[in-house]
Amino acid sequence: MINANSKILLEVHDLHATVSGTEILKGVDITVRSGEIHAIMGLNGSGKSTFAKVLAGHPSYEVTRGTLLFDGQDLSALAPEERARAGIFLAFQYPVEIPGVANNQFLRLAYNTVQGQRGEEELDPLEFDDFVREKMKLLKMNPDFLDRSVNEGFSGGEKKRNEILQMALLEPRLALLDETDSGLDIDALRIVANGVNQLSNKDNALILVTHYQRLLDYIAPDYVHVMEAGRIIRTSGKELALALETHGYDWIHTDEQVTETRP
Amino acid sequence: MSAALQNLVNQPYKHGFVTNIESDIAPKGLNEDIIRLISSKKNEPEWLLTFRLEAYRRWLNMVEPVWQNVKYPKIDFQNISYYSAPKPKKKLASMDEVDPELLRTFEKLGIPMHERAALAGVAVDVIFDSVSVATTYKEKLAEVGIIFCSISEAVQRYPELIRQYLGTVVPPGDNYYAALNSAVFTDGSFCFIPKGVKCPMDLSTYFRINTEESGQFERTLIVAEEGASVSYLEGCTAPRFDTNQLHAAVVELIALDDADIKYSTVQNWYAGDENGIGGIYNFVTKRGLAKGRNSRISWTQVETGSAITWKYPSCILRGENSVGEFYSVAVTNHHQQADTGTKMIHIGPNTRSTIVSKGISAGQSNSSYRGLVRITPTARNARNYSQCDSMLIGSQCGAHTFPYIQVQNNSAQVEHEASTSKIGEDQLFYFAQRGIDAEEAVSMIINGFCKEVFQQLPLEFAVEATKLLSFKLEGSVG
Ligand SMILES: Nc1ncnc2c1ncn2[C@@H]1O[C@H](COP(=O)(O)OP(=O)(O)OP(=O)(O)O)[C@@H](O)[C@H]1O
Ligand SMILES: [Mg+2]
Repeated sequence: MINANSKILLEVHDLHATVSGTEILKGVDITVRSGEIHAIMGLNGSGKSTFAKVLAGHPSYEVTRGTLLFDGQDLSALAPEERARAGIFLAFQYPVEIPGVANNQFLRLAYNTVQGQRGEEELDPLEFDDFVREKMKLLKMNPDFLDRSVNEGFSGGEKKRNEILQMALLEPRLALLDETDSGLDIDALRIVANGVNQLSNKDNALILVTHYQRLLDYIAPDYVHVMEAGRIIRTSGKELALALETHGYDWIHTDEQVTETRP
Repeated sequence: MSAALQNLVNQPYKHGFVTNIESDIAPKGLNEDIIRLISSKKNEPEWLLTFRLEAYRRWLNMVEPVWQNVKYPKIDFQNISYYSAPKPKKKLASMDEVDPELLRTFEKLGIPMHERAALAGVAVDVIFDSVSVATTYKEKLAEVGIIFCSISEAVQRYPELIRQYLGTVVPPGDNYYAALNSAVFTDGSFCFIPKGVKCPMDLSTYFRINTEESGQFERTLIVAEEGASVSYLEGCTAPRFDTNQLHAAVVELIALDDADIKYSTVQNWYAGDENGIGGIYNFVTKRGLAKGRNSRISWTQVETGSAITWKYPSCILRGENSVGEFYSVAVTNHHQQADTGTKMIHIGPNTRSTIVSKGISAGQSNSSYRGLVRITPTARNARNYSQCDSMLIGSQCGAHTFPYIQVQNNSAQVEHEASTSKIGEDQLFYFAQRGIDAEEAVSMIINGFCKEVFQQLPLEFAVEATKLLSFKLEGSVG
């Protein structure tokens, strides 16, 4: 929900980033306050995932210009694990498989690391098992996934659910969901959306990268941004997503259709 | 390992004939006179001198092997001193004299403060009740008739046993380094488990009261009689430094009917620095003879040290229904080279063997698995399963697999699986995005990768080995 007085969580200004020498982000501006839900849409290859990875600190991407502030702190000074511990969470578009590492071990280590950082209680394997099973229930995930290797052999949708499970465990302050809806069946979409809505509160914020209105039917965004060629070229309310669905991205360029722009 | 045990091994040698030897170091070089000197200093029986001399004569006619996938400058065998009187390790006066690198290692391995001094060779005034630990241990073993002592002591006290078994699995002329070892070995361990006895505890080299450096040419002989069983641990996770560059040990295991020998090694010899300067050449011949029906020989090794490792713990499966196992983790980093694997020689009917090899390479290192599975014509219904997995960390290292399979009996079943994987940047980023740093991530991935091998180790050893691996790979990623 929008509240002009709430704290600015993320402030990105004129962000340029390159990967193997190619500039992909060409001046991104976005401001996210706590309590808000943002959606980023845009054509394939427009730079949405790149933005997400730059925000999370992927080592292959180099920030060449601009500022990236999280909770007033310059992110460029933080290693990716420090950003995660500070409360930035990225649900990956393509979660990697990690053969040989049991999911429950991985989840517990991640959980305890973040808990430790927050000065809160860490859980031993038995306590954690109870805790994680509760969270899995909310997402209607089969507990068998705990004993399997992280993401290994998971179906596309199962991987996405495993991402949301991690989000539920880590309770981030800023979560970036990169096409978490793609590959989910209709039931799963509803379950995941419910889970996300439950996690959402006035102190955290959410950025959803999506191609489809259907996710936004469940999770109502306060702002919809359109990314094109490495920049956010339009920002508006949730009606923008509907308009895009009807007209397609070219419509943005056709003429001076009037949409509210963020002040 | 406990402080008490560690103090124990650092104590001056008190027992046995070794204390009688007064002389210091033999002149450099190798010839028959030197061998006679070694033998007489050690007060050996005539047959053992003959054994040594024959080995030496064969060695003279052999050439240094070059087939292994490792590179090193030529060794000058005349520039080595083959005998020095056993002496206690030099003690340092305080922790300040200890190599800081070593201290950092202890830190990483989580070795308790009070044990570090002992491990580093610092004189400690308060010695734990080490003598009584040793005594209790010896008494317990003696009660059930187990012999566990240095091989020199065994030559004096049990000459007939040594004569019966020494060189029966690894004959003196077996290979270049085994021949050299047979000619000049100075010490090592002997372990004898009599008929029907299950050894009540893991036998560890820590317990052998023998404090001098075991020398470059260590000799180990383990015999398990009918129905006996033993688990033997060699080495430790703490780094071992040695001024001798070449190490050529021989280990022989003999299992009679229904006997079971499990031999576990954690090898952490000095590997040289990041630039590949220094480090031990570890050229070892390890072989077990599963001689009796239903006997079993199982090798587990975690190889992390040495500049060059060259070893193939093998099993000769002669007894009907005998079983051979080889579980190995070999880690190389920086400029280390490892060429390791096993040989499973199936001779008896219904013999079975399992090979699980995990090679991890980082830095500019090279690791090769070399394995031979031979099913001889007499080995009806023999079975082998081999699995060789390699993991690469970074892009400058190499992993190679050389499996040799020779089947001469068509009832055999031989399976071989191999895989190569890489710890990728995206995997590490995934961990990082969940708050987990690269070091912990690598340790998790590696432990997952090595799980089947670590499961074979005694629990305490497994925990240490896990930490050791993470430590060895520290800084190789991210
Ligand atoms: N290593 C690289 N070298 C060159 N170009 C790259 C590299 N990695 C990504 N790109 C390019 O960057 C652009 C942006 O990719 P990104 O994954 O951010 O797009 P996206 O908006 O998330 O697309 P999608 O909707 O398909 O997920 C693409 O054109 C992609 O090909
Ligand atoms: Mg994308």
